[in-house]
Amino acid sequence: MTAPAYNFAYLDEQTKRMIRRAILKAIAIPGYQVPFASREMPMPYGWGTGGVQVTASILGPDDTLKVIDQGSDDTTNAVSIRKFFTKTANVRTTTATIEATVIQTRHRVPETPLSEEQVLVYQVPIPEPLRFLEPRETETRRMHALSEYGLMHVKLYEDIARHGHIATAYAYPVQVDDRYVMDPSPIPKFDNPKLDDCPALQLFGAGREKRIYAIPPYTRVVSLDFEDHPFEAYRHDAACELCGASDSFLDEVITDDDGNRMFVCSDTDYCEQRRALGHGPYNAAPADPQGSSHTGASPTEPA
Amino acid sequence: MTTPDTDTPLLIAKGLTKYYGRQLGCRDASFELYEGEVMAVVGESGSGKSTLLQLLSTQIEPSSGSVTYRMRDGSLADLWRMSEPARRFLLRTDWGYVHQDPQLGLRMGVSAGGNVGERLMAVGARNYQDIRATATDWLGRVEIPHDRIDDTPRSYSGGMRQRLQIARNLVTAPRLIFMDEPTGGLDVSVQARLLDLLRRIVAEMRIAAIVVTHDLAVARLLSNRIMVMKGGEVIEAGLTDQVLDDPHQPYTQLLVSSILPA
Ligand SMILES: Nc1ncnc2c1ncn2[C@@H]1O[C@H](COP(=O)(O)OP(=O)(O)O)[C@@H](O)[C@H]1O
Ligand SMILES: [Mg+2]
Ligand SMILES: [Zn+2]
Repeated sequence: MTAPAYNFAYLDEQTKRMIRRAILKAIAIPGYQVPFASREMPMPYGWGTGGVQVTASILGPDDTLKVIDQGSDDTTNAVSIRKFFTKTANVRTTTATIEATVIQTRHRVPETPLSEEQVLVYQVPIPEPLRFLEPRETETRRMHALSEYGLMHVKLYEDIARHGHIATAYAYPVQVDDRYVMDPSPIPKFDNPKLDDCPALQLFGAGREKRIYAIPPYTRVVSLDFEDHPFEAYRHDAACELCGASDSFLDEVITDDDGNRMFVCSDTDYCEQRRALGHGPYNAAPADPQGSSHTGASPTEPA
Repeated sequence: MTTPDTDTPLLIAKGLTKYYGRQLGCRDASFELYEGEVMAVVGESGSGKSTLLQLLSTQIEPSSGSVTYRMRDGSLADLWRMSEPARRFLLRTDWGYVHQDPQLGLRMGVSAGGNVGERLMAVGARNYQDIRATATDWLGRVEIPHDRIDDTPRSYSGGMRQRLQIARNLVTAPRLIFMDEPTGGLDVSVQARLLDLLRRIVAEMRIAAIVVTHDLAVARLLSNRIMVMKGGEVIEAGLTDQVLDDPHQPYTQLLVSSILPA
């Protein structure tokens, strides 16, 4: 027998068609959770089998795939998924955001602005934003159907009552196209504004929970808040100690056994691209390739 | 605010009937309720009180009969011809529903302030300070200390939970409140305090109420009018004092004499 052991991108064509139908429905009803018959994938659920199934269903031989896990291309999870598609679909892979046509992500949105040519696929552990306060699925479905979203604000109220401010830092709820309230997956709320009016198609896949939802390009996405406690896209008040970026989401990493810490870009590709362009730490000597740092502004920022 | 209209009924029940399969729940109940009026529904266990209350509050659909409600704009609405969103909106704004078991009427994992504020947020309140101020005011009105506002009802006593449930329901100034055995399961002294509070608030806010109770003392204390149920049917109705002091039906006489010994 010379037939391959599995179909292009692992899933059989019938399964992919079923998933594509769910994706089309999700695009037609922005933010609405479409049930789909999630398949077993040769990896554990925690590894983003929902995202993997969505990626497998939209991937073509000419695509270039990037896989990120918390902003990084080289965690075990990201490497495994990239290998999986190299092996089963033989697609080109990349770590550069601008080169990718399909980006599968866990817990981050790239810093580099996305384009109309790109699709961002999110891995989602828990798709239902109302579950925290209303565990009954029949009730949450009815709340979505009737736009009864008071409960979502109860969650934010509780946050403020307990912490003095909206302490929700990840999976911060949004309202899509002025209609459905949606969980953007556990991305930091710093990333929420990137979902709004984004030129790329955004797809969300939850494998264990068997749900797919979507934000079509250029859709209005609003983070929920109170008038007197407005949404804020939080980041550490610091610059990346590798590339000097003061606009990126930062991770605080421990650098040695003495517990010394430093802030670095969570998006490793963004950080590397900046360094390749000659950007360096804010306090270091100017690394401007043209040597034209006469503006008085940060010497590491491009003019 | 709407000016109270005392000439037109607030709620009209006509021939309300409910069968659970072949089991009769409630048959042919008809009555009118006016603004600010408190109606008690009494009868022994299994007589159809809860069924009637759930029919009136549109939680179960009648096998036959209708419920008409006068909306805030004065129009009369047949509740089962209304869309589901409109009905649910009515339920959480112009109506209240107090369960016997406060766990069914409260969010046990949410703070008292959040419990009271939920209805406000559901109708679009988006100012945290305002919501909190209103919740604080309501906790005071149901005699819950202000410093318990951020505690969840899990840490509350039974009586406090029931008072919190009342505040949660009344925060949108409803015109009608349904109560199913609101004092059931509470100690006698706790019951007395809750009854006092209910009577005062209902009178102050001029809320109409339908109170289901098997306790005639509760009916006497709270209600203007009373309906006595037996085997799914209303067998006697009238002004509470008249019915309890001079019951016509033998069954009512039995109820009165056994529970309210002279
Ligand atoms: N969900 C139900 N299914 C079947 N029978 C029911 C149901 N609820 C109530 N009943 C029956 O309807 C009658 C009236 O019950 P209910 O309205 O609960 O009375 P009460 O509240 O006065 O105790 C009883 O015979 C009861 O067994
Ligand atoms: Mg009952
Ligand atoms: Zn950096």
